[in-house]
Amino acid sequence: MTTSEEIKEKSPLISVKDLEKHFTDVHALNGVSVDIYRGDVVFVVGPSGSGKSTFLRCLNRLEEPTSGTILFEGINITDKKCDINKHRQKMGMVFQQFNLFPHMTVMRNLTIGPMKLQHKTKEEAESYAHELLKRVGLETRADAYPNQLSGGQKQRIAIVRALCMRPDVMLFDEPTSALDPEMVGEVLEVMRDLAEDKMTMVVVTHEMAFAKEIATKVLFMAEGQILETGEGREFFENPKTERLKTFLEKVL
Amino acid sequence: MFSAIMDFGDKLGTALFKLSYNFPNQFYLNFIKENRWKYLTDGLKVTLTVTIFAVLIGVILGFLVAIIRSTHDKTGKLTLLNWVCTVYLTVIRGTPVLVQLLIIYFVIFGSVRVDKVFVAVVAFGINSGAYVAEIIRGGIMSIDQGQFEAGRSIGFNYTQTMIYIILPQVFKNVLPALGNEFIVLLKETSVSGYIALQDLTKGGDIIRSQTYSPLLPLLAVALIYLFFVMILSKLLKILEGRLRNSDH
Repeated sequence: MTTSEEIKEKSPLISVKDLEKHFTDVHALNGVSVDIYRGDVVFVVGPSGSGKSTFLRCLNRLEEPTSGTILFEGINITDKKCDINKHRQKMGMVFQQFNLFPHMTVMRNLTIGPMKLQHKTKEEAESYAHELLKRVGLETRADAYPNQLSGGQKQRIAIVRALCMRPDVMLFDEPTSALDPEMVGEVLEVMRDLAEDKMTMVVVTHEMAFAKEIATKVLFMAEGQILETGEGREFFENPKTERLKTFLEKVL
Repeated sequence: MFSAIMDFGDKLGTALFKLSYNFPNQFYLNFIKENRWKYLTDGLKVTLTVTIFAVLIGVILGFLVAIIRSTHDKTGKLTLLNWVCTVYLTVIRGTPVLVQLLIIYFVIFGSVRVDKVFVAVVAFGINSGAYVAEIIRGGIMSIDQGQFEAGRSIGFNYTQTMIYIILPQVFKNVLPALGNEFIVLLKETSVSGYIALQDLTKGGDIIRSQTYSPLLPLLAVALIYLFFVMILSKLLKILEGRLRNSDH
């Protein structure tokens, strides 16, 4: 009994093969290959400058890979002929610096994508946005402007903005690194909630305890390569390579 | 040096003294007699017409150049157009506006009969476009790269990101500088007399040449410019205040 649905379920959502990225004088990614399946919560950890963020940003081609392929939902999105804008709608991205649109209200931030790109009516877009705002506990801030929000609130709104496009995967680029310590918790709470909801997530972070708690898969990167891969808790408790052992000693 | 200043003071004092006991006569001679005030009002109309249309051309041209230049800076495309724009900016900003006006009038439109107001509008419009272009380009480049990335990551293409995300923010940021360009242009059009266009300055100068009394007509011209510049500055202040209020 292999229906096409089932094949779709079992084949990777994102399949990265031999990804290379050269900047003018830095070899940022040096042959990265990994498969990410639906429902995976993948954490990418490693020392700074190891290429974690570059890897994540290559996944939706905010950074143009030098070579290698990325299959997303079976389609090669590194192919120059593919319409990357179409695929980006299915890949939500959350930035370290939030990058909310300061000239728009929170509600407009949330609805502009669905309305302009997915041709949703204002009512449809707003009702879904309201639903998600309620889920992150910010339903009263719909008419606020981003600068009136705290950092934690901004990041939760940024997550909702990505979710409003109904993405198949969420990419998080150090989502709590720019936050005051007391605001980290509220953002992690939202992410935990998403993970429990079986959202596929790829997270670059320095929050090791959080990774240990919710990751289904952890990638350890150094010098542009994936040096070790592990299943959540196992990764942190039984590191195999020396590099990872020293890294974990430093950060835990 | 000191005696030169004293001398200047003396002359100005004498002129003002003459004016004060003779003001009604002077006023009559320079403005009322033979309807000379019309030189000023007609000139003002020309000055304002040239300024307004030149600003329009300048903004449109400047906007296009800014878009081409910043698109080239950000994506590496439009190399040829970018080169054309760079040449335009270098030439226009590197030569005096008066020389540009003379060349456009005597060389480019030299062999055709053409309305001088039109020539002035074209000359000042092209000139202003170069300055507006750099103002707007600066505005675009000053927007955080993260705003582009956020727009693109949602799925907007380059153009959509520009229209929905970047330009509304740019517009808000550069409006004061654009207003200032408007003020500069208003004053710059005073060289239009070189192509015998009867603008405000030329109007005052014609009165001077008819009455042989320079003080009142030129003072009137200066005051009229000052009046409009002050009005514009005031409007700009109000506008800036409004923009800041909506900047939460």
